Amino acid sequence: MTEKKLTKGNIALAEGAIQAGCRFYFGYPITPQNDIPEYLAKNLPRVGGTFIPAESEIASINMVLGVGASGERAMTSSSGPGISLMQEGLSYMAGSEIPGLVVNIMRCGPGLGGISPTQGDYTQAVHGGGHGDYRNIVLAPASVQEMFDLTIRGFELADKYRMVSVILADAMVGQFQEPCRLTPDHPVTMPEKPWALKGRAGRKPQLLKSLYLGPGEQEAHNQDLQKKYREVERNEIMCEESLLNDADLMIVAFGTPSRIAKTAIRMAREKGMKVGLLRPITLYPFPSQQLHEHSERIRKILVVEMNTGQMLYDVKISAHKDADISFYGRPGGGVPFPNEVLDEIVKAMEK
Amino acid sequence: MYYDVIMTGFGGQGIQTISLIVALAAMEKNLAVTYLPSYGVEKRGGRTDVYVILSDEEIGSPITNRPKALLAMDVIGLVFYQDMLEPGSLLIANTSLIPESKIRVKEGVCVLKVKTNEEAIAMGNPKMANMITLGCFVSQLGFLDLNDLKAVIGQVIPERLKETIPGNIKAIERGLEIAGSMKM
Repeated sequence: MTEKKLTKGNIALAEGAIQAGCRFYFGYPITPQNDIPEYLAKNLPRVGGTFIPAESEIASINMVLGVGASGERAMTSSSGPGISLMQEGLSYMAGSEIPGLVVNIMRCGPGLGGISPTQGDYTQAVHGGGHGDYRNIVLAPASVQEMFDLTIRGFELADKYRMVSVILADAMVGQFQEPCRLTPDHPVTMPEKPWALKGRAGRKPQLLKSLYLGPGEQEAHNQDLQKKYREVERNEIMCEESLLNDADLMIVAFGTPSRIAKTAIRMAREKGMKVGLLRPITLYPFPSQQLHEHSERIRKILVVEMNTGQMLYDVKISAHKDADISFYGRPGGGVPFPNEVLDEIVKAMEK
Repeated sequence: MYYDVIMTGFGGQGIQTISLIVALAAMEKNLAVTYLPSYGVEKRGGRTDVYVILSDEEIGSPITNRPKALLAMDVIGLVFYQDMLEPGSLLIANTSLIPESKIRVKEGVCVLKVKTNEEAIAMGNPKMANMITLGCFVSQLGFLDLNDLKAVIGQVIPERLKETIPGNIKAIERGLEIAGSMKM
């Protein structure tokens, strides 16, 4: 058995980035993700990497764009306010098909908000944020081990599809500690990147851009992007399906609420209520089909989020038309206790 | 097996240190562990809390509002958390800093009052109050003992303070002794 070390979520993520072969970090400080740049400032140079404390989040994302264009693995990390500033760069990266990893350790908003955990940035991460018809791959860790593993996966997927991968974790997942295996569970893959700009000696000139002005060019480019997104939706969905076989009620939750729901489910089952959990690990691509199939049998669904109902819309679109969907949300830094989720389970069951 | 404990005090009392020792000792026993410290806008001397959950099964929630034990090193944390304690749970209160009149727990909560600051001063080092509390706590647990703590304490104490380890262990032993001699 590989040895596990008691590790903070943010540190597991940072170490995962190094082990994924990321050698460039650019970022501007913001709580609750500062452990990530702190760790990388110390440890990236040790492996020959480059750490730049950028003058702003706008600079950070554009440096990630630049390094990504050269074919190297690069990342930035921030929290809500900083991620908002990066949206232009994210749209440009999507348009130019430049891979990179962006970490959002969510703090509550809107505005400068507060530093407590939240999931208020779901819609921004999953359904856009920047302009244009584009998608990011969005991964939602719920444990310290997943902070490590999904960071590596995020880099691999970003390169595979030439997209931005977003790690969307709430502040609690970033700040708490669990035993974690700090070695990859598979050999990390690094694909060839013939499209990368590393100097044109010995080859024809090539270009990475998002500006297409010719008649029909931008539409064709959009169709190509959409084709790629359909492929991602076919191949890359990850979700955890727990105790659903006999369930009368299915909780849908990601990140910290999924952890709290697991304890609530245990409490509910002790009282004889058959409750299970569907936990999306990829928020984009969303496990729509899995959710739909379960909802054909399990008609009662309870969505639990630390926001006012953002993933809820994806659940509504995905679920069977006769599904009876309840929602329990805690915005603005509110974190539900297991017994509060249990109360909502009882309400949803009795509805 | 499932055990959740909230440890609370103010910054500098060593709350995070003793909760880390408990978490690491439990890991050595192959238990699942979550360790959630408070973070963010604390100021020097401000309240600090840690939620530690230990289980022989996968742990769901890293937070709890029905802890099996509350270790309160200071009155602010005691007042904040004591209503969460249900009958059958354990309160260890540092009565050096907590006036007994402030302790208002439900009937059936097992209360262990220890003047840990005075005890630590009597041992020659006031910084050991946290270790005495840790000793008291472990005396009430069925699944961790002094040897389990000794096995991991070296991982928690920084290199430059290594010579304090024997003193720290003595303080844990003193905590075990105090708790063992008390009627609850």
